Amino acid sequence: MNIETFVQAFAEQFDEVPAVSFTPKTLFKENDEWSSMTALSVIAMVDENYGVRLTGDDVRKSSTVEDIYNIVLSKTNA
Amino acid sequence: MINPFSLANKNILVTGASSGIGKQIAISTAAMGASVHITARDTNRLDNTLKQLGDGHHRHYLADLTIGEELDALTDSLPNLDGLVLSAGIVKTLPFKFVNHTELDTIMQTNFFSPIVLLNKLLRKKKLNKNCSVVFISSIGGNFIGAKGNSMYSASKGAINAMQKVIALELAPQKIRVNNVSPGMVRTAMLENTTAFSQEQIENDEKNYPLGYGEVTDVANAVIYLLADASKWVTGTSLLIDGGFTIQ
Ligand SMILES: NC(=O)c1ccc[n+]([C@@H]2O[C@H](COP(=O)([O-])OP(=O)(O)OC[C@H]3O[C@@H](n4cnc5c(N)ncnc54)[C@H](OP(=O)(O)O)[C@@H]3O)[C@@H](O)[C@H]2O)c1
Repeated sequence: MNIETFVQAFAEQFDEVPAVSFTPKTLFKENDEWSSMTALSVIAMVDENYGVRLTGDDVRKSSTVEDIYNIVLSKTNA
Repeated sequence: MINPFSLANKNILVTGASSGIGKQIAISTAAMGASVHITARDTNRLDNTLKQLGDGHHRHYLADLTIGEELDALTDSLPNLDGLVLSAGIVKTLPFKFVNHTELDTIMQTNFFSPIVLLNKLLRKKKLNKNCSVVFISSIGGNFIGAKGNSMYSASKGAINAMQKVIALELAPQKIRVNNVSPGMVRTAMLENTTAFSQEQIENDEKNYPLGYGEVTDVANAVIYLLADASKWVTGTSLLIDGGFTIQ
């Protein structure tokens, strides 16, 4: 797993915000499209692509895409 | 006065009795005098429920209700029943875009096929006595409301309520009644397993309930009514218990 493909998959969960605008440092809750539904989509994407069970609390305590990536990484190695 | 809610001299099967709502239904129906037959997959947790049932002719049966042979074995080992409570169920939160055949199948197997097939097998084997009461544990989801991420679960519960209406009609000549309880959110292991929502989201959701989230006894008490002769004129109905959530 690498951060570039992760950011790409993360960006795909948004329909309005252009994918190119996402980087590891993106504060993903600070755009108009972020909602409980995008949160569920990110959790489902991580489950589907990485077989990792991210929780609502994991998402709540994260600010950047990289924060989420690091949680997924730690759960993959666990 | 004879207690209209007494369950004395009734043999009642409760599925999903190792945890949460089903466990409380087993405990409450035993307290109302029933001989309770409990089933689930986890031996330790099921044993634990059995221990809490107190004196009486209570028995437990290990079975995975999604496996045909285990359903057959369960059906064969049960006595004739005066009550059947179908509480075994699972939940999986996924936005509809992520739903796929495998995930949908898993939920439908446990929440829809297994209770329906168990009821069907019990009927074929003539294990349901005249005046038997069948109670599905359904949900407000799929029947009274929709919640984002809950499409598969909603489908499984909506299917129960739809099918129940016809089963109730067909079994009425035998005086077998078929109803469901449709609860709103109740704090059980199911909620703990729904990890897709943060604690903060759950606390905010509870604020939408005029009477707060429910307790397992709230559901068990509704089930006692539907199992007892008190409800002998009630069939084909959905008993909505949701702390006022859906009146808003
Ligand atoms: N909690 C709520 O907010 C809520 C609201 C509305 C409706 N409901 C419904 O109420 C019912 C009970 O839910 P709960 O909250 O009590 O959940 P729970 O605490 O997770 O209990 C679920 C029960 O189902 C059993 N079960 C699951 N899969 C099974 C299988 N394949 N074979 C046999 N048993 C199986 C489990 O036993 P083992 O793991 O030991 O097999 C457990 O006893 C469910 O139908 C649910 O949809 C719940």
